[in-house]
Amino acid sequence: MFLKDTLFETYSAIVANKARTSLTILGIVIGICSVIVMVAIGNGAKEQIENNIQSIGSNLLMIRPGAHKSPGSFIRGGMGSAQTLVMTDAQAIETEISEIELVAPISSGEYQVIAEGNNTRTSITGVTENYALVRNVEMETGSFVTLQQQNRLTKVAVIGPDVKDALFESDDDVLGKKIRINGIDFTIIGVTAAKGGTGFTSSDDIIYVPLSTYQQYFQGNEYLSMINVKVANQNSMTSVEDEIENLLLERHNLIDVDDADFNIMNQGDIVETASSVTDTLTILLGAVAGISLVVGGIGIMNMMLTSVTERTREIGLRKAIGAKSRDIGWQFLFESVALTFAGGIIGIVLGIVVSWMVENFFGTKTMVSEFSIILSFAVSAVIGMVFGYYPARRASRLNPIEALRYE
Amino acid sequence: MIECRNLTKIYKSGDNQTKALDDVSFSIADGEFVAIMGPSGSGKSTLMHILGALDTPSSGKYLLDGKDVSKLSDDELAIIRMKKIGFVFQSFNLLPRTTVLRNVMLPLIYEKVPRKEREVRAAETLRAVDLPMERWQHLSNQLSGGQMQRVAIARALVNDPSLILADEPTGNLDSRTGDFVLDTFRKLNEEKKHTIILITHEEEVASWAKRVIFIKDGKIISDKKNNPSV
Repeated sequence: MFLKDTLFETYSAIVANKARTSLTILGIVIGICSVIVMVAIGNGAKEQIENNIQSIGSNLLMIRPGAHKSPGSFIRGGMGSAQTLVMTDAQAIETEISEIELVAPISSGEYQVIAEGNNTRTSITGVTENYALVRNVEMETGSFVTLQQQNRLTKVAVIGPDVKDALFESDDDVLGKKIRINGIDFTIIGVTAAKGGTGFTSSDDIIYVPLSTYQQYFQGNEYLSMINVKVANQNSMTSVEDEIENLLLERHNLIDVDDADFNIMNQGDIVETASSVTDTLTILLGAVAGISLVVGGIGIMNMMLTSVTERTREIGLRKAIGAKSRDIGWQFLFESVALTFAGGIIGIVLGIVVSWMVENFFGTKTMVSEFSIILSFAVSAVIGMVFGYYPARRASRLNPIEALRYE
Repeated sequence: MIECRNLTKIYKSGDNQTKALDDVSFSIADGEFVAIMGPSGSGKSTLMHILGALDTPSSGKYLLDGKDVSKLSDDELAIIRMKKIGFVFQSFNLLPRTTVLRNVMLPLIYEKVPRKEREVRAAETLRAVDLPMERWQHLSNQLSGGQMQRVAIARALVNDPSLILADEPTGNLDSRTGDFVLDTFRKLNEEKKHTIILITHEEEVASWAKRVIFIKDGKIISDKKNNPSV
């Protein structure tokens, strides 16, 4: 039997029962489509997080207090919870270590904010004038915190766009207006430009105040929640990291690195951590979608078995007029592979369309990867073979005499 | 040329043994028109399956054109059916939702006959069974019973078989169209010299053949020449 003829027989059989064929294909279409979309969402999340982190600045070191292990204890304090870093640490880093461009210590906490009868709860961050340069904060209107304001403990605030939306009408000019943070009045001197990003990477839902003001009015002590260090040259990141580590150990009278009461993260580590989280997310989403693909495959097998039973007489006839067992087997195997392949193609197209819609209508970034398309193609063909094999074998092994007699 | 020597077929189910064919011997020359007659359960279906290379005997020999068919494997039997045998069934067994022409060409795809030649040969046999040309592109399920059976005969003829086996070919037809179909067989036999074996339990149908083999309980009871009743 020519391959062309087998394909034609396959085509005729598929077209002969359009309703059932399309319903069966639908199972595969949904399976493939969800794999594509889920993986696209996972990849999109990964890409977005990486972009957000990159936009903060790529040669950044972040020193946080905590991770301190008291002697004889296996319990480490949570990051940022301890009070071990102080202003003089930040000053020492700036003066004693070369190859550093800027140092920006911060301290922050969550407080209630009231303005014009609206209120919100947001992160109040005490910053120095360098912070805007270190973390690439751009201004929409007004100016950022200055050295003078920092020195004079001025009660001024720079608000993020999300805070502005929460407290004021959208077209209000908010410069010079008062906001009340934790019962203390502040004057707004600037609004930062929107950076995008959601969740823990958002830098839009935030209020910046001078660090000295923050420590004086909110915190009541000198401790810092983070020191941002911008390294002059990206290649010297590791050596600068080591130098800072040694300096702080010395300043905190610690000898062993394992006892360190601070934690230095560099941007690369953060990107890596975030990537591994989103990779896990992608695998999880893909696996859930994969289950629906398997269910679709079982649908194919079910239909093929029904088809074999229904067409028993036809199989008997084909055998009577000279079809060999393998001719019959191939015909049915081709049928199931053709079904899953068609489902695969439709599913991929639909998956791309749905991913596009998710990005444009729901604002969730998606990225359809070539890998997931190729994988879907392969998987749908394999599913056709795996779930088509048993029905095809059953068809090919039918005894022609019994098949012809079948009612 | 068909030669059967001591054909025996035994079906086993559990401890029971049923002898469907018991030491049957006969031969049929090329160009004969033979009816195999017998009541149901006589073993005529079993005989047809063996003659049609759908089954092999438990013992004995079946020679088709001098070749021993009784010990072949399934695939080898399929090749014999493909090249030497044409089947006509009681219930036509045409592919539904498929054109007449494609139905007739079906055996040729398994023989790897090129497409062009398939069409030529299918057209030839459709003419031989007198099916009007305007019906050739119709779907098989749009035809009347008599037309369907003639399409089935055309399909049986298309591979130019040594032997045409018709199993109760008029069983699903009224007597008038039945006669028409039987007349088609008669013509194919007389004009084209095809060897035809008709399996039936009706005397009236058997009377169209030139020789009648009567079997009962797996044995040949009589084998005699017939004077066609036309």
